[in-house]
Amino acid sequence: MIIVRSRLLALGVTLMASALVTAPVAVSASASPAPARAAEATSGQDGKVLRIGVSREVDTLNPFMSITLMGTSILRSQFEFLTTYSQGSMTPEGALAEKWETSEDKLTWTYHIRKDVKWSDGKPVTAKDAAWTFQKMLDDETARTANGSYITQWESVTATDDWTLKIKTKVPQATMDALDIPIVPEHVWSKMSDISAAPEFPMVGNGPYYITEFKEAQFTKMKANKNYWRGAPKVDEIHFVYYSNSDAAVSALQSGEVDLINPLTPTQYDALQGEPDIQLNNAQNRRFNELLINPGAATNDGTPIGNGNPALKDVKLRQAIAQAIDTKTLVDKVWSGYATEAAGYIPPMFKDFAWEPTGDQVRKFDLDAANKALDEAGYKKGQDGVRLDKQGKPLNLRLLTHAERDIDENASPFIKGWLKEIGIEVTIEPKSDNQVNEETTRGEYDLAISGWSANPDPDYVLSLQTCANRPNADGTGATPDSFLCNEEYDELYAKQLSEFDRSKRIDIVKQMQALLYDEATLVIFGYDNALEAFRKDKFEGFPQQPTGSGVIMFQQSYWGLLGATPKGEGPVPVYDGSQGTESGEDTTDAAAEESSNTGLILGIVGGVLVVVLVVGLLVARGRRKTADDRE
Amino acid sequence: MSDILTPTEEALAEAPPPTRGGGALRYVLTKIGGGLVSFALVIVLGFLLFRALPGDVVATMFRGRPATPEMIANLKHQYGLDLPLWQQFVNYVGDLLRGDLGDSYVYRVPVWQKIEERFWPTVLLVGVSTLISVALGLWMGTRSGWRRGSRFDRISTGVALALWSTPTFWLGMLLLAATTGLFPTAGIVYSDTPPDFFSQALDIAHHMVLPTITMVAVTYAQYQLVMRSSLIEEMGADYLTTARAKGLRDDEVRRKHAVPNALLPTVTLVFLHLGFVIAGAISVETVFSWPGLGRLTYDALRVGDLPLLQGTFVVLAGAVIVMNVFADLLYRVLDPRVRAA
Repeated sequence: MIIVRSRLLALGVTLMASALVTAPVAVSASASPAPARAAEATSGQDGKVLRIGVSREVDTLNPFMSITLMGTSILRSQFEFLTTYSQGSMTPEGALAEKWETSEDKLTWTYHIRKDVKWSDGKPVTAKDAAWTFQKMLDDETARTANGSYITQWESVTATDDWTLKIKTKVPQATMDALDIPIVPEHVWSKMSDISAAPEFPMVGNGPYYITEFKEAQFTKMKANKNYWRGAPKVDEIHFVYYSNSDAAVSALQSGEVDLINPLTPTQYDALQGEPDIQLNNAQNRRFNELLINPGAATNDGTPIGNGNPALKDVKLRQAIAQAIDTKTLVDKVWSGYATEAAGYIPPMFKDFAWEPTGDQVRKFDLDAANKALDEAGYKKGQDGVRLDKQGKPLNLRLLTHAERDIDENASPFIKGWLKEIGIEVTIEPKSDNQVNEETTRGEYDLAISGWSANPDPDYVLSLQTCANRPNADGTGATPDSFLCNEEYDELYAKQLSEFDRSKRIDIVKQMQALLYDEATLVIFGYDNALEAFRKDKFEGFPQQPTGSGVIMFQQSYWGLLGATPKGEGPVPVYDGSQGTESGEDTTDAAAEESSNTGLILGIVGGVLVVVLVVGLLVARGRRKTADDRE
Repeated sequence: MSDILTPTEEALAEAPPPTRGGGALRYVLTKIGGGLVSFALVIVLGFLLFRALPGDVVATMFRGRPATPEMIANLKHQYGLDLPLWQQFVNYVGDLLRGDLGDSYVYRVPVWQKIEERFWPTVLLVGVSTLISVALGLWMGTRSGWRRGSRFDRISTGVALALWSTPTFWLGMLLLAATTGLFPTAGIVYSDTPPDFFSQALDIAHHMVLPTITMVAVTYAQYQLVMRSSLIEEMGADYLTTARAKGLRDDEVRRKHAVPNALLPTVTLVFLHLGFVIAGAISVETVFSWPGLGRLTYDALRVGDLPLLQGTFVVLAGAVIVMNVFADLLYRVLDPRVRAA
């Protein structure tokens, strides 16, 4: 019995080992350019359907309720906003509103609605639709769920005629030319008894595409809006196909099952390099990653909370920590180079608002200088090389990280190592996302890894660092970031919010970033790029935002999808702000569904064959064996 | 995987107490009553367990999006999270008694609807692969048990064990990579399959091949091993010697005498396992983006969608309890010794 068992074990081990050895071979073999077998099965010769493999789920497609990235991104193509962000410079540009002006006192805004826009059911889009949408949000708390932040300071909304919309605000609001609020058709939505209910499909819209079908956790289908005022898109349909396994999405791109995927990990991106039919896009992105240094957390009335190490209240110590972080190494090692090195608070993709330190202010990575600064500031080294704080206690800091994120996992050992060099001991504490959020909100951290996505309008990320953004007394009601509370910063914040001259506002925003840099309650350590890939044998390309260097998916507008250009249908359009730029060629619906099931049947037959073969083999072997035994 | 085996043993060990006279009805009522008590505990636990999750659900949902404190408070109010805990509990139980599981925070639709949507894909996948793996496991188990130590036994048991210990995720990825282009990479149906029944059915079957193979591969071993060992146990029994003495052929001895007796523990295992298998499909569902219940639970857990979590918890735990009771009852039907006791 023992012999049998050990033999079994040996067999098992051998099998596992051989499987492990062959696995990489199998994987790399499949990574070689595979013919588009699966694609032929589903799409035939039809190049007019754009299939996008996405690994983010849609929450709901109700524009008043949707708050996830995937949901809101799809809705950007479904509904036109008053204004949108331009392709090139990401500045507000007219969309549903042709032009707009503001009164002397900056409290009344007048938008002139385009007269040539129609809903996908043929009815005209008027100022009344916009007025109804906004009024609904003002009246109904539920309708404010997703986009309420834009209208908190509004006084009233009126459509003075079909083409003129007037909005009065209580205080001057600089973000009025960039209201990210989908405008819905009054004739459909006013009939809904529950504003939070799931919408009906096909969904009446006025964007370049409209949603025709939604199967949660499977796919969302959109059809091109042939009446779109900028001109009909060149593709007939977009299918967002959901993948819960991003490696499967990559292999779907290789086999041609999907045409475009976002996001890719650096490893996946590298693996796709050199594939002849695949075009990669290494795009600047809007996310910044940061190390938070707890400067003494407090609630918004100034009561201290949390358990941050009190030594970190000293700005000299924080600056020394900031100087001991080598962002270049982090970019190389954590993101395999697919990131931009740290500069200011606003990611460099937003060229106008981005800032970087110059001259004396630059804090270059320099462990010696950091050590010297700490020596001068009076942090003496103890016997074991760990510095002592002003009370004589060894400096031992906790580093709170997200347990399931690669960035945190890869970056934290580096940070620990550098800080050890300057005499600071670090204990890494990986926790679940929810726990990290909870503990950073309560100020229960010394160091923590965090990050945010900035918007073309920097107001929101700037607001994160104000005194008012600290939590309520009960530790709720806000999403605090670094617990900075600086009077000068708050003054600048208020000033930029009511500054209507863009270049002056940019100056103020830059001053704020310089201040943040000096305060060192947060250390930016890089902006990870968005990595995407598409099949260039099927698509000529997609407009990027910003033009040439930006993303295709998850733009702050719809340019990427609107301008999707199938192979052989001319150059990829550039939307330079002159209205109605591209007039799509006359597309016919002829090449609809001509899907041959050959590949499908082949696949099934193949699968069945494999199973039959394996079973047959086992049976045969079993028979022979029993026959042998009988003799 | 020991959780799959233990219930059987428990069932075997604590199989009906030797009370006389109570009769079948009492037995049935006791089992069903026990099931109901467990279910009540599940309901309470379902509430408390997920409230203990760290983190502010609403703040987490808004993370990374412009949200004013007013919006956060507004959403909390909509969800009823601003009420004291006891009141939330009373509402939850009250709704549950009316058959209402509440609305999902994330998807904004009734939890029942969500669970129903996801229930059938899981049942389809789990049902088909359980059928195959039970059939395969029983057949291989019988073969290898009957000829213990033979080459077939050694190889098939070895393979089964190796597959059983293979991480599901890894095996699924390997199959995906090895068959690139032959099978769909995700989901249950292509987005552009014509809506008629035949095309849909064919497409679903095509999508099911890889998930089913993966699931069968990692689960059939337990049926094979239990079948094998219970057959081996029976092999020394006197009645087999008698059967052989009567002049029955080896094949008949196995089919008519040994296997029916050896089947008992395996059948119990199958039913007990059915309860767990719905929840256990999570990794297969994740690898193949199968829109099933397991993944719904996992996603709900990640965002902290409390009503959805409670709903799936009640349904999944309910499945285990129902199958347990069923296995208990079935055992009595199958095994005359239990009845006689």
